[in-house]
Amino acid sequence: MIPPLIIGQAERLGIDLIAITDHNASANVSAVIAAAHGSTVHVLPGMELQTQEEVHMLCLFDSLVASSAFQVEVDQRLPDLRNNPEYFGEQFVVDDTGDFIRREERLLLSSANLPLEEAVQLVHACGGLAIPAHIDRRAYGLIANLGLIPTNSEFDALEISSQLSLSQAAELIPGASRFPLIQSGDVHYLADFLGTNLLTLAEPTIAEIRLAFKQEAGRALNHLPAPEQATG
Amino acid sequence: MDLQQIVDELHLKPITDSKALENIPVTSAYASDLLSCVMAGAKSGGVWITLQAHMNVVAVASLLDISAVILTENARPDPAVLDKANEQGVRLLSSPHTSFTICGQLWSLGLRAS
Repeated sequence: MIPPLIIGQAERLGIDLIAITDHNASANVSAVIAAAHGSTVHVLPGMELQTQEEVHMLCLFDSLVASSAFQVEVDQRLPDLRNNPEYFGEQFVVDDTGDFIRREERLLLSSANLPLEEAVQLVHACGGLAIPAHIDRRAYGLIANLGLIPTNSEFDALEISSQLSLSQAAELIPGASRFPLIQSGDVHYLADFLGTNLLTLAEPTIAEIRLAFKQEAGRALNHLPAPEQATG
Repeated sequence: MDLQQIVDELHLKPITDSKALENIPVTSAYASDLLSCVMAGAKSGGVWITLQAHMNVVAVASLLDISAVILTENARPDPAVLDKANEQGVRLLSSPHTSFTICGQLWSLGLRAS
């Protein structure tokens, strides 16, 4: 799934805002941003952090400067384990055409020594959005691992996977409806793209998305039907 | 102690195509549902007790050369995970009991942390 194909697929589906959220990593973001030049797709840098509790959380930023600052903090808290491609797959860093640059040696499939609440504070300190990922999933999901949404959480939104509808999520997950909900394809393969979140923004920035999540100042978060339903 | 003994005493159900379990020695046990802890603490040749049944469980078990993963509370891996386990030679054994019960039974058999 190389950068030009990611951008091409997003454009084809009419998706104009995507975030790159690799696992504990952001080395491939700049390549996707470069590949997006001249396209209709805006790319937000980010990562999918794995917290100490093995909960996955999306961390979205406005700029590479901000996401790099966050990456530095995360790197300091990752265990010093080496990747073993035979067991965990390759961890490639590529350029904007998808050509190999280097291998990431450090095992990214691990937990950062960062509790969830502290991770949220850190993301906010770097000017980003903190969104627990696929909270409905058994593996690495907030609900599966913590049992419930912690009280006084400052999450900007919650993400549900494509396995559940938004109304089901609001109904089945206690406390979920207190937060803005987004649904993502968790795109590991080009066919995973969903494009069901509709954000009304003045420009594609974190500040604007924050307003949209709160449905304030004319910015809004709405949802389109999932592709299967649309053709049903 | 060998794996067949454990399967017999604990009434475990092998769900991978594992054979000749009597030839597999078991020298320790580790119980955790957090893979990061397992990667730090589990020893090769031991059994791993968990209710996690996703793909990364197979990768970690394979990497650490775990003799078998005991999936508790009837945790069911999906077909892709089972295929990967068979491909990698990772033995998965199922039990309806809780991790606590399985740990207690292994302890009674004389198995220890290391």
